[in-house]
Amino acid sequence: MNKPKKIVIIGATSSIATHCARIWVQNQTVDLTLVGRNLERLERVAADLTVRSPTSTIQVVVTDCLNPATIQTTVDDIVAKGLVDIVLIAHGSLPEQLDCQNDLQLCQETIIVNGLSPVLYAEAFAKHLSCAGRGTIALIGSVAGDRGRQSNYIYGSAKGLVARFAQGLQHRFAGSGVKIVLIKPGPTDTPMTARFKNNGMKLATADQVAKQIVTGIEAGKSVIYTPGKWLFIMAIIQHLPAFIFNKMRI
Amino acid sequence: MICKPIASFGRLSAKPHNVITLDSPAHLSKLICNQQKLGLAHGMGRSYGDVCLNPDGVLWLTTKLNHFISFDEKTGYLHCEAGVLLRDIQRWAIPQGWIVPVTPGTQMVTIGGAIANDVHGKNHHRFGSFGDHVHSIKLLRTDGETVECSLNHRPDWFAATIGGLGLTGVIIAATIKLQRVLGPWLNTQTIPYANLTEFFNLADESESDWEHTVSWIDSHEGNGRGLFMRGNFTAIESSKNSSARQFTMPFVPPISLMNRLSLRALNTAYYHLKKRKQNQCVIHYESFFYPLDRVLEWNRIYGPKGFFQYQSVIPRNNGQAATQAMLKEVARFGAGSFLAVLKTFGDKKPQGMLSFPCSGVTLALDFPNKGLKTHQLFNRLDAIVQEAQGRLYLAKDARMPRQLFEAGYPRLAEFLKYRDKGIRSELSRRLMGN
Repeated sequence: MNKPKKIVIIGATSSIATHCARIWVQNQTVDLTLVGRNLERLERVAADLTVRSPTSTIQVVVTDCLNPATIQTTVDDIVAKGLVDIVLIAHGSLPEQLDCQNDLQLCQETIIVNGLSPVLYAEAFAKHLSCAGRGTIALIGSVAGDRGRQSNYIYGSAKGLVARFAQGLQHRFAGSGVKIVLIKPGPTDTPMTARFKNNGMKLATADQVAKQIVTGIEAGKSVIYTPGKWLFIMAIIQHLPAFIFNKMRI
Repeated sequence: MICKPIASFGRLSAKPHNVITLDSPAHLSKLICNQQKLGLAHGMGRSYGDVCLNPDGVLWLTTKLNHFISFDEKTGYLHCEAGVLLRDIQRWAIPQGWIVPVTPGTQMVTIGGAIANDVHGKNHHRFGSFGDHVHSIKLLRTDGETVECSLNHRPDWFAATIGGLGLTGVIIAATIKLQRVLGPWLNTQTIPYANLTEFFNLADESESDWEHTVSWIDSHEGNGRGLFMRGNFTAIESSKNSSARQFTMPFVPPISLMNRLSLRALNTAYYHLKKRKQNQCVIHYESFFYPLDRVLEWNRIYGPKGFFQYQSVIPRNNGQAATQAMLKEVARFGAGSFLAVLKTFGDKKPQGMLSFPCSGVTLALDFPNKGLKTHQLFNRLDAIVQEAQGRLYLAKDARMPRQLFEAGYPRLAEFLKYRDKGIRSELSRRLMGN
C-alpha cells in the first residue's frame, strides 16, 4: 500500500481550511498536521476529522504565526517527521477597513497576519520542497488582492503581497516537481465575513469553495478563482480605466 | 450581531431578527446566557411556520456548530454538535454501513432542529420518531446552567427537550444512535390506490414487511386516490446515477404557480404517469427519502405570499372518516395541494411531551397563502381534526388556534415547567402566551 499523503494546514481552524480537510480525509487516508494558535479549537477540528476518517493520522501543532524564528522551527519540526506532499496556508483575519485606517497597530497586524506571515510560512516550506524536488504549496489569497479598493485596501494589499510572492515562487519552481497554487476566494460565508451578510451579499459557502480548492490543487492549477465567476468579475475590475473606477464606491 | 429579515420555509413573513452566529463551542455562554433580549436557536429554518422565528428578538444561528465529536463503532453512537446536518451524517455514515434511521422529507436540517421538532420519517411504524434514536442531549440554559440528559439521566428534561421546540434551552450537542444499513439502495414499489379503504389495506398489509411506507394523495379528487410507495434497504446495487443534479428555483414568481388550474392538471398527470410506471425498482436513498432536496428553494414556487402546510394526525379509529372529510373540504375548496402526503403511524409512544406522532394516520397538505379564504378552509379542517381527537404538527404550523393546540397536546402544563425564561419563539408567543 502507498504511504498516505502528508498534508499540512496552517490556520487549520479557518472555515475554508476545515472544509478542505474534510474533503481530503473523505477521499483517502491521509497524514494530516493541523497548525493553529488555539489548542482547543484545533482539537475540535481534529476530533471531527478523526470521526470522518479513523484510519488517518491527525496531529495538531500550536504555534504563533507572527515570529519568523518560531515559524522556521515549526516548519522544520513538521518536515523532520516526513516529506510533505501538500501545504495549505489558510490563516487570515479581516478587520474593518476604517478601523485599520484609524489604528496603525491594527493596520500593521492585518498586513502581518494576511501578508507577511503566509509568505514566511511558504518560504520556510519552499526550502524543504525544493530539496525534495516535489510537493505543493497552496496559498489562500483573495480577490481583494487584485486591485486596491477604498473599501478594503489594507487587507487587499496584504493579499496582493501574497499574490506577487506566489508568482515569484511559481517562476522559481517552473519546470520542477514543486507546484505553487494561489487561491483567490470571493466573499465566502465564514465567521470572518459574518458582518457582510446583512447587506444582502450572496456569499459562497465554505464547502463549495473548499471543493474547488481541493480539485484545483489536484489538477495543479497555478491560480484558482473560487467561485469561478470571480475570474471574470476581477478581470473587469482590474481593467476598468481609472476615470471610471474612481467614480465607483466599491 | 446583525439585524436582518428572516423567513421560515413557508415564506409567510420576513420580519427583522437580530442574528448571532454561534461559531465555536468555546464562547457559547457569552453569547447565550443572561442576555437582555429573548432568543431562540435557529438551524436551517426548514420548519414551515413560526416555530423557528423570533421577530425583534435574537436568533442564535447554530449551523456553524457543525463538527462531529466522536463515534463509537461498536455501539453506533455518534456524538456531534447541534448544527451538524442530517445530510452530512448520512453521506459520511451510509458508505460505511451506518445510517440515521429516522429522517424527515428533507435531510437539510440540523440535529438540534430534528430533536426540537421530534421529526418523523417514512418508517414510523417500525422505528418511531427521531427522539427514539437520541441517546443524550446537552442543553445550555440562558441562566448559565448546562443540562445533560438522557433516558436514564434527568429523563424529565429529556422528555421536555425532545419535541420541545427549542424552548427548554439551547441544544448544543447530542449523541445519536446510528443503525446498521445494507447500503445506499432501496428496493421500492409504487402501487396506485383508488380510495381510502384501499389505502388503509395497503398500509396495514405493508407494515410487517416494509420498513418505509408513504403515499402521495390526489387532493383534487375527493375519493382519495393516490400512489402508495414502500421500500426496504437492499444489498442489490443499481447502476443508476446516485448523484442526481440539483436545480434551483431561480426567482419568486409574481403569483403562486400552484393554483387551481395548474394543480388539477399536475395531480392528474402525476397520478396517471406514475400509475403506468408502477412496480418495482431499485433507487438511491436520496431520491427515495429526499426528492425535493434536489430542487433548491422550491418553496419559492408559491409566490411572494408564501404558503402553509397543514399536517394533522388522527387516531386510527376516526382516521378514515376524518381523512375523507378533510379531503372533501379540500376538493370543495378547489385550490388544493400537490405535495399531499398520507401515511399511517405505528403504535410507538413518542418520547417528548410535545411530540407530534401518535398512533393513527397523518395527512400533510400545502396551500398557497390566499389570506382569508385559506384561513376559512383551515377553520373547517380544524373542526374535523378536533372532533376526531387529532392534533396538528407544530413544525408546520403558523396559525392554529390556541384551544386546538391545548386540546391536542395534553402534556402542555407539564412541559411549561421546563421552559427557559430567556427563550421565546413566535410560536410560543402565539400558543403559550409568551
